[in-house]
Amino acid sequence: MSNQVALTGNEAIANAMRQINPDVVAAYPITPQTEIVQIFSQFVADGEVDTDFVTVESEHSAMSASVGASASGARAMTATAANGLALMWEILYIAASTRLPIVMPVVNRALSGPINIHCDHSDSMGARDSGWIQLYAENAQEAYDNTIQAFKIGEHEDVKLPVMVNMDGFIISHAVENFNILADEDVQEFIGEYNPEHTLLDAENPITVGPIDLQDYYFEHKRQQSEAVKHAKKVVAEVAEEYNELTGRGFSYFEEYKLDDAEVGIVALGSTTGTAKAAVDNLRDEGIKAGLLKLRLYRPFPAEEITEALSNLKVLAVLDRAETFSDTGGPVFADIRSALYNADSEIEAVNYIYGLGGRDTQVDEIEAVYKDLQDILESGEVEERVQYLGVRE
Amino acid sequence: MSKVDLKEIAKQEEELTGGHRLCSGCGASIIVRQVMRATEDPVVVGIATGCLEVSTTIYPYTAWKGSFIHNAFENVAATISGAESAFRSLKRQGKLEGDTKFLAIGGDGGTYDIGFQSLSGALERGHDMVYLCYDNGAYMNTGIQRSSATPRNASTSTSPDGEVIPGKQQFKKELTDIVAAHNIPYVAQASPHNFRDLIKKARKAFEVEGPAFLNVLAQCPRGWRHPEGEGLDILRAATDTCFWPLFEVENGEWKLNYIPREKAPITDWLKPQGRFKHLFKDKNKYLIDEIQEHVDQRWETLLHRTGEK
Ligand SMILES: Cc1ncc(C[n+]2csc(CCOP(=O)(O)OP(=O)(O)O)c2C)c(N)n1
Repeated sequence: MSNQVALTGNEAIANAMRQINPDVVAAYPITPQTEIVQIFSQFVADGEVDTDFVTVESEHSAMSASVGASASGARAMTATAANGLALMWEILYIAASTRLPIVMPVVNRALSGPINIHCDHSDSMGARDSGWIQLYAENAQEAYDNTIQAFKIGEHEDVKLPVMVNMDGFIISHAVENFNILADEDVQEFIGEYNPEHTLLDAENPITVGPIDLQDYYFEHKRQQSEAVKHAKKVVAEVAEEYNELTGRGFSYFEEYKLDDAEVGIVALGSTTGTAKAAVDNLRDEGIKAGLLKLRLYRPFPAEEITEALSNLKVLAVLDRAETFSDTGGPVFADIRSALYNADSEIEAVNYIYGLGGRDTQVDEIEAVYKDLQDILESGEVEERVQYLGVRE
Repeated sequence: MSKVDLKEIAKQEEELTGGHRLCSGCGASIIVRQVMRATEDPVVVGIATGCLEVSTTIYPYTAWKGSFIHNAFENVAATISGAESAFRSLKRQGKLEGDTKFLAIGGDGGTYDIGFQSLSGALERGHDMVYLCYDNGAYMNTGIQRSSATPRNASTSTSPDGEVIPGKQQFKKELTDIVAAHNIPYVAQASPHNFRDLIKKARKAFEVEGPAFLNVLAQCPRGWRHPEGEGLDILRAATDTCFWPLFEVENGEWKLNYIPREKAPITDWLKPQGRFKHLFKDKNKYLIDEIQEHVDQRWETLLHRTGEK
């Protein structure tokens, strides 16, 4: 059973958390995530959840307490954004390598400096190599759906990894949207009971977590972690399918929008993909064969599936809402280009860095990107590989 | 507090077994073994990065009989808060039974310095846990760098005795007092040479509801530069000179647990340790007087605070 509701993205996630009913939540407020913590603490105060809510003194402690709780066999959640995520950095890697299925919504916000509170992906993109599974959402519905699926992915015995559920700050987190919410019982049934094999609280079967791991074993453990990430790809698809059976919604790795016969295409993730769909529709009306690939799963990176889906394109633009300061473009661009190289693809690919610090990106700007791609298609020339969209030069 | 029967306690199984790689003469393992004898419940132990952690859990081995977690250097208090919260939540939901104790352990670096915020947060939130600091007065694991627990004028690898600067410039931070200011149910300062006192304090710490803190002086033969066999004598000198007073704060009530019949001169504590050797050069003798004066003042303060004067 599901219900239509009108809620903001933050309310959607807080409600998903209520329905999951995690054993422990350790969180610290930061704009634009703050509401999640506030709403959830009200659920705790009203006795709507069984959660032990740990009001930590920092995000570093939020992630540290999540590690302690998860190693104790609890379903543990936290949520953060930007500088909060940066403060957790050290422990993000420890959570992943300790193979703890913690779930963390990240309400994407530009990383300081300069300090800014609005959306871009510099926070989560910086954590892309931390070993966390990363899901992205176009809207509150997808953010909600991803949150519900996250524990089922992370806790799978072949995976055992933490999951980061990303949602664009303000654009999704603070906008009211009509979407479908599952019945509480359906969520409980979908995620099931969590009974981990080893926990700190099993006094009969004590374990040592986090020992020092030197030249003789560290590498093998890292290799196992890589294998878990590989499995995660399969499990993300399985869970998505099961969720689709329950709700009729969702897709595994990415959504293809008018991509089948497209000649010029865009790859993007987050809320801007909604804007890009409007641009595609407008251009299709003009007879331009435009298409879009909207990424949901960014870590692990479904490289082969992406290149397969893009294979009919002639020219591609990758939109990045983060800089790498490598002078070679954004993070998604680097992954897509290397995937295309592996696929011996002849697709010409260019990169647009856009929307940093919450700069609005409009339909006509994305249309202009498609027009640039048309020019490349006609001339066969790429003048600038990496461009900045919507910035004053 | 329940009765402490040392004979019975001595028969208890070791929670930290032999074969670990701590230096011989190290205070940390002695302290842990004494403290863990103070409870018979299962204990989840968390340790901050440092000597004790790297020496007792070298994969694929572990010296710990019970459940153990190491997360990072500055976050053992937060990590154990998470474990204790998990326990409370699961127990409330009827998914767990029985009693479990939670013990967070850090060196002075992991407690006085980098882990101070995490410690203060956990104490303020009131988790039912014991925090044990083994205070060897420097970052020993990385090669004897100064911490805010390093005594004044000790020569360490980042506060060396030099031509113009005679070792560490600051007096030791009074962390036990700062912790007491959190108004938690139990706070104590102890030393393993007086094991009866330490075990009693550990028993109280485990038995109170809410956070308890034990600050325990730990000898380090390498860092303090003394022969391995002399550690406990030096610790005794620390209490006889009143450099390291043994006291406790139980529900806000301050109490001195050891008052030497005659306060020994501070040189009894300084002299056997190589890290203070330079103080005995003629040009530095005035520094010993300054240290003596500081210790005397601190002792006076404690005598007043505990109602002994
Ligand atoms: C964030 C961070 N900074 C620095 C280190 C390096 N480091 C590891 S242990 C240690 C010192 C530990 O000192 P202390 O807490 O006094 O314990 P001891 O080694 O003396 O037992 C340092 C500096 C680290 N592991 N993590």
